[in-house]
Amino acid sequence: MTAHRDTLAALKGTLARLERGAMPSASPHFSLGPAEFDAALGGGLARAALHEVFAESPAHGPAATGFALGLALRAAPSAPVVWVRQRMLDQEFGRPYGHGIAALGLDPGRLVLVRAKDAEAVLKATHDAARCGAVGVVLAEIWGAPKVLDLTASRRLSLAAAESGVTLIATRTAAEPAASAALSRWQVRAMASEAAEAGLPGLPAFLVTLLRHRAGIPQRDWPMEWDREHRRFRQRAALPRRLDALPGDRAATPQAPALPFRRAG
Amino acid sequence: MALEHDRDADRHFLERLADAADRYTPLVALEPPEGFVLDITGCAHLFGGEAALRRDLLQRLAGAGLTARATIAGTPEAASALARYATCERVPPGGEAVAVAPLPVAALGLDPAVALALTRAGLKTIGDLAARPGDILAARFGALLATRLRRVTGREDTRLTPRRAVAACMVERRFAEPVGRREDLLGTLGLILGTAGTTLEERGEGGRLFEASFFRTDGVVRRIAVETGEATRDGAALIRLFAEKMHLLDDPTDPGFGFDLIRLAVLRTEAQIQRQAQFDGRGEADRETVALIDRLVARFGRDSVVRLVDRHSHIPERAEAMRPAIAVGATMAWPAMRAARPLTRPLQLFDPPQPIETLAEVPDGPPATFHWRRTTHQIARAEGPERIATEWWRDGESALTRDYYCLEDREGRRFWVFRQGLYGTETTAPRWFVHGLFA
Repeated sequence: MTAHRDTLAALKGTLARLERGAMPSASPHFSLGPAEFDAALGGGLARAALHEVFAESPAHGPAATGFALGLALRAAPSAPVVWVRQRMLDQEFGRPYGHGIAALGLDPGRLVLVRAKDAEAVLKATHDAARCGAVGVVLAEIWGAPKVLDLTASRRLSLAAAESGVTLIATRTAAEPAASAALSRWQVRAMASEAAEAGLPGLPAFLVTLLRHRAGIPQRDWPMEWDREHRRFRQRAALPRRLDALPGDRAATPQAPALPFRRAG
Repeated sequence: MALEHDRDADRHFLERLADAADRYTPLVALEPPEGFVLDITGCAHLFGGEAALRRDLLQRLAGAGLTARATIAGTPEAASALARYATCERVPPGGEAVAVAPLPVAALGLDPAVALALTRAGLKTIGDLAARPGDILAARFGALLATRLRRVTGREDTRLTPRRAVAACMVERRFAEPVGRREDLLGTLGLILGTAGTTLEERGEGGRLFEASFFRTDGVVRRIAVETGEATRDGAALIRLFAEKMHLLDDPTDPGFGFDLIRLAVLRTEAQIQRQAQFDGRGEADRETVALIDRLVARFGRDSVVRLVDRHSHIPERAEAMRPAIAVGATMAWPAMRAARPLTRPLQLFDPPQPIETLAEVPDGPPATFHWRRTTHQIARAEGPERIATEWWRDGESALTRDYYCLEDREGRRFWVFRQGLYGTETTAPRWFVHGLFA
């Protein structure tokens, strides 16, 4: 009888391992898309951790939200996403719009939206959701720099994420980066998009700055764009294509093609 | 000092008394302006008999500083008439006709005009009426009189319409001494939940909506409701949800009365299906998500935890709705995403749209600049218009067409703006609005 039980336990263990292996969230890191980004981050971003995304200024709040959603999509391709949002952000930027969320590549059907009245409620709800292992990503959006959001609060969130394996992404608008237990901290501003045909707006583009990473990765700027068809970030040319006017008094001088010859003698 | 008669306050007070009377039976009905009726069928023995129940009720009302009269009778109408027009504690079964006979006809609770007409006809008491053939009275004074008469004399029984819906499953626990500590209350509630769970299990059901009523000794009743996303009878999970809301029992004006009765009512039940565990662990994960939503709802309220639901309308603000997550369940169909080239819909939508000032080419060019929130935005790229006609069946024929543009300013910020009204045909001075922000 006990032999049977042992066999059963062993089989169950094997199954559990197989299941975990089959789930895409098994890897401790998620990739942003381009190999260059992941290499610079030491193999991608950690899943079971807290990441902070700051808007460079309140005007760039929507860009920060978009970048955070992109990260969420990279971290959890199919698991439920809990989006905790301070109510006043709805007045500032509008309410989350399902068709627009779908346009970025996230199925609104797997989104649970928590509308919290203040930062404290956002923290509580985020903590509750962070402890639930079935959730893929928790997005928390907070306006300003409330007192409740201190080092201790971020440490609690980080611990909860580490235990459950949930990815936490905190988006902060109208706030200056302060000491926190977050694994990585990003700053985002909107960037002129690479024009599609006929000068129409192209893919959403962000100028993303990695401000800080626990692993000591140096600060750097990344121009990125969100490729929603493949649900990945892409490198964006460092400078937007020329928007400045050409000189009017001279003919535009075409650059001489670089020939593989050298003028001699 | 004279005060104006405040009907609402009276009504409110009566409601509170009726709430407190809930402790005797779930079937309580109001008889405004000053009465209420209890259906104590099958409940009286819990209080030591009908006489003891009546004594207890009067004692509590006297404790609240009220002078009250109460009668126990076979039908609500008989009890109501006797309590108002006689001094009678309890009518022995079948004795209604005798007991109400000497009462004036006004005790029937009829229109004063009918009562007056009866008195003029020399029919002064209910006994006089009862001696006459019912069909003649009905022909002369209306069918209502005959019905009332039958009910008051106990010849026809009626059910009263309770104020509160009667629950599918109800369990209660009384304390000999009032209890005030929250832990003790929760502990007892846990026991009650266990009992209710057993009852539900026998029926193959689970509850979706649970309500715990806490009866305080001074007559105040506090109710805490907990809703779940799936039918459940899991006492441990439910008690955690109740624990989130126990602060509702706090009352700063409470000098330390305890609670002497807790009642749990399962207000909504559903068949609970036993699901087989799936190999990929999906079912388990779904259940965990549902439990998380229940917790969040208990903590932040039903309307704060929402899901977005597609609404099949082409008007942007009507194209979707926020619905309580607990009501829509875990799986919701959204149309398959079209990864079309332009980002046609913004990530965030203003409700209502925000007016802006623009400089745009007529008749239907995109804005070159616009002014919004004290900032002027220079437009670098624009796409549009996307024309969205109004829903004439809702907004009327004169509603203005909207032309939507996706704009990108020099800094790369993107806006979804629209012009309300077609230039020339619908209006000469169209207004512009920003309706959403893209990522």
